Amino acid sequence: MTTLLNGSRPPRLTATARLLGRLHLDGMLLAGILAIMALGLLVLYSAVGQSEALVLRQAIRLLVALAAMLLVAQLPPAWYRRLAPWLYLAGLLLLALVLYTGDIGKGARRWLDIGLRFQPSEIMKLALPMMLAWLLHERPLPPSFGTILLCLALTLLPVAMIALQPDLGTAILITLAGAAVIFLAGIGAAYLFSAIGVALVSLPALWYFVMHDYQKSRVLTLLDPDRDPLGAGYHIIQSKIAIGSGGLFGKGWLNGSQAQLEFLPERSTDFIFAVIGEEFGLLGALSVLLIYLLIVSRGLFIAATAQDTFSRLLAGSISLTFFFYVFVNTAMVIGLLPVVGVPLPLISAGGTSMVTLLTGFGILMSIQTHRKLLAR
Amino acid sequence: MAANLRIKDHWAEQRLFLGRLILSALLICALSGLVIARLVQLQLIDYDHYSAQSQGNRIRVQPVPPTRGLIFDRHGRVLAENVPSYQLELVPEQVPDLDATLSGLAEIGLLDPVDIAELKELIASHRSFDSIAIRQRLDDEAVARFAVNRPRFPGVEIRARLARNYPYGPAFAHAVGYVGGISAAEKRELDEAEYAGTAVIGKVAVEASYERLLHGKVGHAEVLVNARGRIMDRLGGEASRPGEDLVLSLDVETQLAAWQGLAGRRGAVVAIDPNTGEILAFVSAPSYDSNAFSSGMTRREFRRLQEDPDRPLFNRALRGTYPPGSTIKPLLGLAALDSIGLRPDDTVYCGGYYQLPGKSHRYRDWKPGGHGPVDLHRAIAESCDVYFYDLARQLGIERIASYLKMFGLGSRTGIDLGGEKSGLVPTPEWKRAAFRRREDQVWYPGETVITGIGQGYLLATPLQLAEATATIAARGKRYRPSMLRGVRDPVSGDIEYLGPEPLDEVAVTEPEHWDRIISAMHAVLQSQIGTARAVGYDAPFTMAGKSGTAQVFSVAQDEEYESEDIAERMRDHALFVAFAPLERPAIAVAVVVENGESGSRTAAPIARRVIETYLGTGP
Repeated sequence: MTTLLNGSRPPRLTATARLLGRLHLDGMLLAGILAIMALGLLVLYSAVGQSEALVLRQAIRLLVALAAMLLVAQLPPAWYRRLAPWLYLAGLLLLALVLYTGDIGKGARRWLDIGLRFQPSEIMKLALPMMLAWLLHERPLPPSFGTILLCLALTLLPVAMIALQPDLGTAILITLAGAAVIFLAGIGAAYLFSAIGVALVSLPALWYFVMHDYQKSRVLTLLDPDRDPLGAGYHIIQSKIAIGSGGLFGKGWLNGSQAQLEFLPERSTDFIFAVIGEEFGLLGALSVLLIYLLIVSRGLFIAATAQDTFSRLLAGSISLTFFFYVFVNTAMVIGLLPVVGVPLPLISAGGTSMVTLLTGFGILMSIQTHRKLLAR
Repeated sequence: MAANLRIKDHWAEQRLFLGRLILSALLICALSGLVIARLVQLQLIDYDHYSAQSQGNRIRVQPVPPTRGLIFDRHGRVLAENVPSYQLELVPEQVPDLDATLSGLAEIGLLDPVDIAELKELIASHRSFDSIAIRQRLDDEAVARFAVNRPRFPGVEIRARLARNYPYGPAFAHAVGYVGGISAAEKRELDEAEYAGTAVIGKVAVEASYERLLHGKVGHAEVLVNARGRIMDRLGGEASRPGEDLVLSLDVETQLAAWQGLAGRRGAVVAIDPNTGEILAFVSAPSYDSNAFSSGMTRREFRRLQEDPDRPLFNRALRGTYPPGSTIKPLLGLAALDSIGLRPDDTVYCGGYYQLPGKSHRYRDWKPGGHGPVDLHRAIAESCDVYFYDLARQLGIERIASYLKMFGLGSRTGIDLGGEKSGLVPTPEWKRAAFRRREDQVWYPGETVITGIGQGYLLATPLQLAEATATIAARGKRYRPSMLRGVRDPVSGDIEYLGPEPLDEVAVTEPEHWDRIISAMHAVLQSQIGTARAVGYDAPFTMAGKSGTAQVFSVAQDEEYESEDIAERMRDHALFVAFAPLERPAIAVAVVVENGESGSRTAAPIARRVIETYLGTGP
């Protein structure tokens, strides 16, 4: 009776919800993330040839990343707004350092060794959208032409440095993260279409002056995989065979001949989606996609209900970028996009990008759980 | 600046933002639809096409394992080689009924029925498309028998592989070692890519020490395989590089002489070139057939070797520690000449026993009536115990220990074989640390006395005794003992020799000290009074040596020593160390025969036979 009488009181919370609230975690987002991670470990076990040690190592990475998320969720969004310009500057500095002194791994200069090895471009994945959201926070929206130019400059500076490493995949993703903020800030349709136009026109320039031979060959391979079946085309041919031969229901867990007989290259990292397609079929692949879309929808919902411009823009950008990761990776594996080194988020084996991703989710949770009660 | 003067309209901004979110959602839907459409196209519409491709011919990269390096003796005779051999291999997914297949193979005598349970375990631990060796080293007759019955056994094939073969078998087993299947622990240590396609790894001795040289570099081949993994065509790749061939310092004849000398005995022989530290013979008996390991022995065979009371798997030359007995008397004589000004002519009267001043305990001489008055020369030649009891008391345990350590006792020699034991040179300090009970931690004067004849806590390996003897032969010069003499390029055949590695010299104040000790050791074998004159008198070359008899079983005071009554395993160990020729020492030998009773009667003839063979003067 008391609840009925006391109408202004929020509905009684369950114990789980109370615990999540105290930890500043968002239940729906967390459920989606954990579901994908669990599925990922299952697939990884098959992809690495049933090595418990490698799966265990990945599980430890996941735990570390989850801990990072929990930590990040504790601070209110206002903190991140104040931190944004400094983080961006630090990111730029580290990128410059990499270009001069970084360690070379697989032919590119991406790694920085200060106690532990990491890629400073990972910092930029979050620092850039934070910086842009900070910049736009104080200004009236839609942004003026000058503000747009400033945003473009702030985006292109780190992107150019990363492209020089060279790490085209990350450069593209960071561009998209910046573009997402500018788009969400509400730039006018005229600007939008002219930007797309400029991009299309500059493609030939990119082709002739910026892209490396191996990058060009990946694009050509996409258009005609059979031009080099043992070299650049090998990945995409094997990956399409793996997915196609999976059919509706798949060949069954641990039974994908493409994956298990080691035809499929990079099957535990960039091409793990092909293992899903081969062993779990169309239904499995669609289920995984569905969970990803649920995570993205929750992120967009958090953005929609966020209380200030900074939070809104940042949450929207993080959610959209996450979708881009999923899209770029799956589209590459099924032969819609050229082969760029983008892992399947939360599933591909690997450490650094996992921490960045979950830090992003931590910020989303911080935005969702630190809302002040406003009188409407 | 006009734009910046506009007032922020929060409601309008939020509406704008929501509009953009809806646009984003539409974009997401469109892109997701693209991915889903593509998946449907690949997995439903084109399913038959890709399914056929997945079943059809495919390209696969296969490792090409390198050929393991060969092992030669110092004159180029083969000690370990690779011989083609046929083995029976089974691919589980191609076998319709595993139980029937295995019992069928046992029926026609290709498998031992008792191994079947173990084989099933082995097969279960592999992936279903792996080819698993179920029987190695088939002879021609077995190959023929399988060929006749082949249609009965789908999924089972005969493959030619290279198997490791050791022509001399047990005689070289403890020196050369053997290869065997890679264990899980070894797998963690090594570079898996380098061992792709390689099933074996060096397990002990030279095969293990020089695994890195012997292994070689893996190559790869691109092959076209069908859905069942059968190779249809070869497309190219990179050849493997065979492992380096090793030239050891061992000499086949000398090694065999030592091996035959120990026939039917438990013991060890180590022979060293005193000028370089090169190991010429390295035998531990009894031994085992290293070929049995490389051809995959069953668990039962291995257990039989492990449980044999004579311990054939135990490398006595490297890891057996024995009281050196009287063989250390020359070292003590040198220590006394060098450090406490012992005059060689000083005599001690030996009445058959020795007593510490004021003590009643009698330390007995091996000769019941005693040797009478003896000087250093006679004391070594006749192996007088009383003389050395007294000398040990004069030297004191610290000085004894420091000289023995200079000769390499009490620490590993650093030979290029794994698992070497360091033996023990006892000191009061060691005793304090080694024992728990207070009364055991005290160093008693009597313990110094018995150290004088190489008894008590003192322990040495046959390898250390050979190294110490080589040091006497080289008058103090020392080299690290080594098995590897050179590395031979498998392609060009060029041999690169390693050369000796000098160690800290044993420096003495007067070079004549060496002469006195060596001359006394000469008298042991080639004089009227020497303990081993029966072995040395008719040798066509000069040789020096020293016998030793180490107690395993302590005889109570005043009790008669009657070897017939003592069980065979309680009898004394027989030791002998020797080198030859005196003018220009070329070989130093240490022989240990467990429970051989008498150093001069049992061990000395083996030492002579080894030296004779090496110097080429034997029968």
